[in-house]
Amino acid sequence: MTPIPSSRRAILKAGLTGAAFVAATPALILPARAQGLAPTPSMRGGSNNYMPGAPVVSRIGGGGFWMTGTVRRAGDGAPLSGIRIQIWAHTTEGREDDKHSHGATLTAADGSFRLEMPQIIPIFGQPHGHLAYEGAGFKTVFLRPIMASARDKSLSAHFVLEPA
Amino acid sequence: MSPLRAGLIWAALALVIAVPVALATTSPFIAWRPAIYTAAGFAGIAALALLLVQPLLAAGLLPGLPARPGRRVHRALGLLLVVLVLAHVGGLFLTSAPDVIDALLFASPTPFSPWGVVAMWAIFATALLAALRERLRLGPLFWRLGHTALALVIVVGSVVHALLIEGTMEPWSKAAFCLLAVLATLKAVLDLRAWALLRRRAVRERA
Repeated sequence: MTPIPSSRRAILKAGLTGAAFVAATPALILPARAQGLAPTPSMRGGSNNYMPGAPVVSRIGGGGFWMTGTVRRAGDGAPLSGIRIQIWAHTTEGREDDKHSHGATLTAADGSFRLEMPQIIPIFGQPHGHLAYEGAGFKTVFLRPIMASARDKSLSAHFVLEPA
Repeated sequence: MSPLRAGLIWAALALVIAVPVALATTSPFIAWRPAIYTAAGFAGIAALALLLVQPLLAAGLLPGLPARPGRRVHRALGLLLVVLVLAHVGGLFLTSAPDVIDALLFASPTPFSPWGVVAMWAIFATALLAALRERLRLGPLFWRLGHTALALVIVVGSVVHALLIEGTMEPWSKAAFCLLAVLATLKAVLDLRAWALLRRRAVRERA
C-alpha cells in the first residue's frame, strides 16, 4: 500500500491562514496627509435612516448629550463655515427612524459644530451616532462614529469634504 | 450514573442557559427596538447557547446521551445552529441592511462584527463538510481535524463577538456563559483527541 503523504503541513498552513483571517479587523479610517488633506470616505452604514432636509435646530429633544466635530476642505484643510450637518441616533427619546430624533446644525467660522441631543443608547451592538453632509459644492459624506462606552456623554466626528 | 446525579446535571445545564436568556429578556433596550431586530438578537443568543450544548453532546458528557445518540442530537442541533445564524443575520439585514453589508465585507466600524462573520462562515463550512462528508469520501482524519479546527474558530469567534457587543445580554451572565462554553469546548476537544489518528498514522508509516 502506498503511504498517504502526511497532510500535517497543509493543516498547519490552513490553521495559520484561519488565525490571520480571524485577527484581521477593519482598518481605522485615517485621512492620508501625503498629498494634502484627503477627503473623509463616506461610511455605508452611516446613511441608515437619513432624512433629507431635516431642519436646523438649536437642540434635539431634551438634550444632555453633545455631538461635536469639524468640517474642513480636502487638500488645504481650510475650515468650512455655514456647512449644514444632519445628526441623528438611537437615543433615550426615540429611534433612528423617528423624525424627532433628527436635527441639523451649521458649522461656525472655524469649521466646528456642536449640537445637544438626547443620550445615545446602544443599538446594533454598540452605541453610535449618525452624521451626514449633503449639499451643493461638496460630495456627500455619511459618518457612523461609535462610542467606547454607553456612559459617554459626547461623541465627535470630523468631515473633510471633497469639492463636487 | 444515579438518576439523581443525572437529573442534577441536566438541571444545572438548563439553569446555566436559562439565566442569561432570562436576564436578556429583562433588558431595558428591548422597549426601544423593533420586533424583528429583537428577534434577530435572540436568535443570536440562542445560537450562543447551543455552543455550550454542542461540545457536551459531541464528547458524550450529558447523562442519557452517550457518544452515539449524543452525536445524532449534535447533528440536529448543528442544523438548528445554521438556521439560527441565518435568522440572526437575516433579521439584522432587514433592520439595517447597510450595517450588515459592511459587516459581511469586513468594513464595519464596530470591532465585534468580523468575529461574528468569521464564526458564521465556520458554521456554514462545518455544515457543508458534514453534509458532503460521505459523498466526497472524506477520511476520518480530515473530517475530525477539520471539524475540530472549525469548532474552535466558531466558539472563539462567537464568544469574542458576543463579549464585544453592548446588547440585551447582561454583561456578567454573558461572560460567565461564554467561559463555560469555552471550557466545554476545550474539554470536548481534549477528550476526543482528533489528532490521535494523526499519530496512529505516523506510527503505521514508521513500521
